[in-house]
Amino acid sequence: MKTLMLGNEAVARGLYEGGCSFVSSYPGTPSTEITECAAKYEELYAEWAPNEKVALEAAFGACLSGKRSFCAMKHVGLNVAADPLFTISYTGVNAGLVIGVADDAGMHSSQNEQDSRHYAQASKIPMLEPSDSAEALAFAKLAYELSETYDTAVLLKMCTRVSHSQSVVETGERVLPERKKYEKNPGKYIMMPANAKKRHPEVEARTKALTAWAETAMINRIEEGIDKSCGIITSSTCYQYVKEAFGDTYPVLKLGMIWPMPEQKIRDFAATVEKLVVVEELDGFIEAHCRNLGLAVSGKDLFSNIGELSQNLVKEKLGKDVQAGAALDEAIPARPPVMCAGCPHRSIFYVLKKMNLTVLGDIGCYTLGAVQPLSAIDTTVCMGASISGLHGFVKAGDDERAERTVAVIGDSTFIHSGVTGLINIAYNESNSTVIILDNSITGMTGHQQNPTTGYNLKGDPCTKIDLESLCHAVGIKRVRVVDPYDMDACQAVIGEELAAKEPSVIISRRPCALLKYVKHPGPICSDPEKCKGCKACMKIGCPAISMVDGKAKIDVTLCVGCGVCEQLCKFDALGSDT
Amino acid sequence: METKNIMIVGVGGQGTLLASKLLGRLLLGKGFDVKVSEVHGMSQRGGSVVTYVRWGDRVCSPIIDKGQADCILSFELLEAARYTEFLKPGGRIIVNSQQINPMPVIAGMAAYPENLEEKMAALGIQVDALDALSLAEEAGSSKAVNLVLMGRLAKHFDFTEEEWMDAIEHSVPPKFLELNRKAFELGQSA
Repeated sequence: MKTLMLGNEAVARGLYEGGCSFVSSYPGTPSTEITECAAKYEELYAEWAPNEKVALEAAFGACLSGKRSFCAMKHVGLNVAADPLFTISYTGVNAGLVIGVADDAGMHSSQNEQDSRHYAQASKIPMLEPSDSAEALAFAKLAYELSETYDTAVLLKMCTRVSHSQSVVETGERVLPERKKYEKNPGKYIMMPANAKKRHPEVEARTKALTAWAETAMINRIEEGIDKSCGIITSSTCYQYVKEAFGDTYPVLKLGMIWPMPEQKIRDFAATVEKLVVVEELDGFIEAHCRNLGLAVSGKDLFSNIGELSQNLVKEKLGKDVQAGAALDEAIPARPPVMCAGCPHRSIFYVLKKMNLTVLGDIGCYTLGAVQPLSAIDTTVCMGASISGLHGFVKAGDDERAERTVAVIGDSTFIHSGVTGLINIAYNESNSTVIILDNSITGMTGHQQNPTTGYNLKGDPCTKIDLESLCHAVGIKRVRVVDPYDMDACQAVIGEELAAKEPSVIISRRPCALLKYVKHPGPICSDPEKCKGCKACMKIGCPAISMVDGKAKIDVTLCVGCGVCEQLCKFDALGSDT
Repeated sequence: METKNIMIVGVGGQGTLLASKLLGRLLLGKGFDVKVSEVHGMSQRGGSVVTYVRWGDRVCSPIIDKGQADCILSFELLEAARYTEFLKPGGRIIVNSQQINPMPVIAGMAAYPENLEEKMAALGIQVDALDALSLAEEAGSSKAVNLVLMGRLAKHFDFTEEEWMDAIEHSVPPKFLELNRKAFELGQSA
């Protein structure tokens, strides 16, 4: 049946059809929907793991047990999972193991723009790269064949434009392979030096075999063109930009496997064209391979290694005209993302700013506490870095500034990699104050359950990790819980914990305002008679409040009645009973 | 046929994704090659959102580039103005005249530009503006802005009533079907 599917949905379909039985992932844009869609197939066991390293190790364990397995993550998640990745390259697999990784060129929703293709080369694990949903489905299935034939995990590399574009796919039936038997094999699975030394040559031999496969593989295909003055090597979404820009004008070598790459096929292709051009996003990865083959090649001399490409960019850089439409001669104000009306993070950031604290931040919706008018965050690096960074800042600082510094981290991020930082604070005794922003969900990626919510990926009730007990258990004696909507109480508790001469954790607890089960009191009113136009309520950056003719006005379609602005108004101009 | 391109733009949370889902279904049903592309994640949090809908004999790129859109369907006035460069010469903008202030305007750091409809028309753009929010409320819910705009879009594209209705039935929950049908009709006739 022909149907429209997101690239991520198509990967999930490919897992289903390809006989995958076990999926363990950590959510991360743009990879999240792969696992969400996989969970909709009853035949597939799917779970959210606490982080990507745990997910990959769980998927590896499942493949050892004899079932085809999968895990998905965003590009920066692969950094977290890199430790098992490099050694799983040596052990190989039992049943097939596929690792989905989604890059985010253009940084639509990421903290960096790393090119995950380097991981394939560095870990010596083959990487397939689909260019649309049909290929996403087909490559997911092919990945299992390769995995079991060549005894290796296989990376399936997505990107924002492939993950989040819907295109036409034709679905097939699920074929469940016979379960592989687990057999004890210390030389293959116990990677201590004596065994690993024997496995490394196997990895190199495997790469040679895969390179030979790449020479004839159908997924590395040459598409003829009429104008041989230029031949283009490309892959992923860039292939689509090239075809959009030039149709069948220039010959194209479309690579479906990005590592290892063929050698003779590329030489042969280069020999048929006058000029060889590589069109790829981010780093010159294919280009470097061509140079290693001694070929004259153009690529990053034309195209930037920053951001995304597009059909117009491809045309323009290869000497063709493009025509943009007319732009208004007018400054169009930007519309940056904002914390939602009623967001429980807003008020805690207002308090932190008011107290003039240094705030080490983390990854999640609450990163928006960094933008105006709150501007309450000093750093954002990676998952967990707020807590571990705070320890160093406080230990090394040992001054007045250090005493006025806190870390903020979400519930899911805390479980992902904040708890190890907290153990360091307890163990090495830094006088740190950590604020866990517990909104009872993984928010930014679109409401995924996590170990602190009491529900699993399939929505069934499950063990709920109790944050207070966890903090106590790792050695934090002072654990306080506050309601972020009560700003006076928050300020008092933060002041007390900063003053305390031992580590402390403050849990700022209120569920995300967008969760369906959260009941709101309903919009408040503004009284233009009482409003003096002092703009105190504007300091929290709530999208539901604006100044109209010098008076605060509430947008009743957005306001949920959290009451935070009421606490700021000295003139009783805002409230449910004004 | 030459590939057709519609950009659906608006503010995160306005329901642009349902509009693209509905269009995608309709176009696939007519046997076209279709690509619908959107971005999830941080940009959805009240930020500017864009969805590209493309159909034809063979659609390659998932995105619409500057100078390529036949039509921009905008859920908000400022968002229409933001993307005029993406229109083809003589392209059309269907716009909900509702204004939603972005944070820089709310915070007093920028002004919401005035007379945008007239200024866009002065560029030679065919501007079709309507108060989709009021029409949606008339249909029964402010959330039906997307179906009002779909109805308006239907005026400019050559699809049958049956094709639209089939797509609507398959894209909205049954209990909201009547409301959405009404919103669609109001958009068509307004």
